[in-house]
Amino acid sequence: MGLEEKLPSGFLLSTVENLAGYMRKASIWPATFGLACCAIEMMAVGTPDYDIARFGMERFSATPRQADLMIVAGRVSQKMAPVVRQVYDQMPNPKWVISMGVCASSGGMFNNYAIVQGVDHIIPVDIYLPGCPPRPQMLLNAIIELHHQIETSPLGVNREKAARAAEEAALSATPTHQMKGLLA
Amino acid sequence: MADDASSTSSGKPGEDDRGGGFLSDLFAPVAGFGVSFSTMFRKVATEEYPEKPRPTAPRFHGRHQLNRHPDGLEKCVGCELCAWACPADAILVEGADNDDTPLEQGGKGRFSPGERYGRVYQINYLRCIFCGLCIEACPTRALTMTNFYELADNDRGKLIFTKDQLLAPLQSGMLPPPFPMVDGLEERDYYQGKVTTSTDAQRAYVGARDAAADDESASVHGPGNPGAAVPGEHDVAHAADFTAAQTREGANP
Repeated sequence: MGLEEKLPSGFLLSTVENLAGYMRKASIWPATFGLACCAIEMMAVGTPDYDIARFGMERFSATPRQADLMIVAGRVSQKMAPVVRQVYDQMPNPKWVISMGVCASSGGMFNNYAIVQGVDHIIPVDIYLPGCPPRPQMLLNAIIELHHQIETSPLGVNREKAARAAEEAALSATPTHQMKGLLA
Repeated sequence: MADDASSTSSGKPGEDDRGGGFLSDLFAPVAGFGVSFSTMFRKVATEEYPEKPRPTAPRFHGRHQLNRHPDGLEKCVGCELCAWACPADAILVEGADNDDTPLEQGGKGRFSPGERYGRVYQINYLRCIFCGLCIEACPTRALTMTNFYELADNDRGKLIFTKDQLLAPLQSGMLPPPFPMVDGLEERDYYQGKVTTSTDAQRAYVGARDAAADDESASVHGPGNPGAAVPGEHDVAHAADFTAAQTREGANP
C-alpha cells in the first residue's frame, strides 16, 4: 500500500499500526451507493438529526475514486452485480464495505433468481448490518464497529502473518458441505 | 447582491416594504448570517447516538426474545408456527418431546410445560426483516420482540442467533430448565397465571441435577471447564475476516 508496508515488524510497526488505524478510522469517506429502500435510511444518517459528520464522514463521495467505504444499501440484483463490483474496484485501497440491510447481506426475504444472495458473493464485506431497513442508529453502530475493526487491523509484515494464519485456519476448517447439524 | 437590495429600495421609495431605513439597509447584506449566528444558541438537534441514544418507540421491532414462565420453564412449545409465518424463512425450530422420566432412570427432563419444547431455535438475523409476523403467530407468547437493535457484526455465522442467545435471562425466582412442572398443576394452569415462582421441589430437582452433571463432567473431562465443547470456532471466524482483507488487497493492486 505504502511506506507502512515496508517497515520492519516490532516496536516501530506497531506504533505506526496504532497511529494509522487511529487516523484511518476517523477519516472515512463513504461512496454514494444506494440501491433500494436502505438508501433512504442511509440518507437520513447524513441529516443533522443523526449527523454522520461526527464520525469524520463529512460527505458522501460522488465518485468511487475518492471513497474509502462502500455502504451497499439495498438489494443487489444479478444485473447490478457487475456494477457493484466495478464501483468497488474503482475505489482506492485501503477500502471497506458495509453490507447494509438483510437484502445486501444475505438476500433477505428475496430468495429468488433475481437477487444476489448476499453481496459477499461479489465483494469482500467487513460488516454485516441486519434490519429491513436498519434504523439510522443501527448504521451508526455498524460504522462504529467498522472503526474498531480498522483501528486494530494489522499492517505490513503483521498483515501478511495474519493473512497466512487466516488461510491456514480456513484450510483446516470443516468445509460447509461436510458440516453435520443445523448450522450447516 | 448588496447593491441590488439597496438599489431597489432607493429606486422605488414608499412601495418597497423591505426597505425599513438606514440601519436595516446597512445590515441587509449580512442578515442571512444572522440566521446562522442565532442557530449557535439553539439547542442541538443531533442525537448523540453512541453516548446518549434516544429511546426507541415502545413497540419498536428489535431483536427477538424467547420468554419463560415465572418458574423458569420455557414458554416455547416447539410448534414451528413462527417458522411457518416467517416470510423470509429466517427461523428454524426443531421441537422435541419433554421427558418426564426421573433423573435416576436417565430422564432428560422437562423444558416447557406441556408435551413438547423447542429443542433447537435459531433466528437468522441476516434474513429476518423484523416484520413481527412470528410474534403474531406464536400461540403461547413465547416469542416477543425487544427494543434492542445493535446487531451489526463482521461474520455471517455470528448473526444466526441460537436458542441460548435468544432466551430471556433468568429473573429472580426462576430456575434453569430442565425440571418438572409445579406439583399438582398441569399445562393449562401455567397459562392461567397460577404459577408465580419456582417451588422447593423444583429447586431440589435442579440441585440434584446439577450435582449429578458436575460429577459426570468431573469423571469424564477432568477438572477442565465444560465450556470447551466448541473448539476454535471464534478463531476461525476471525481468521475469515483476514482472508477477506487479503482478497481485497489482491483485487485492486
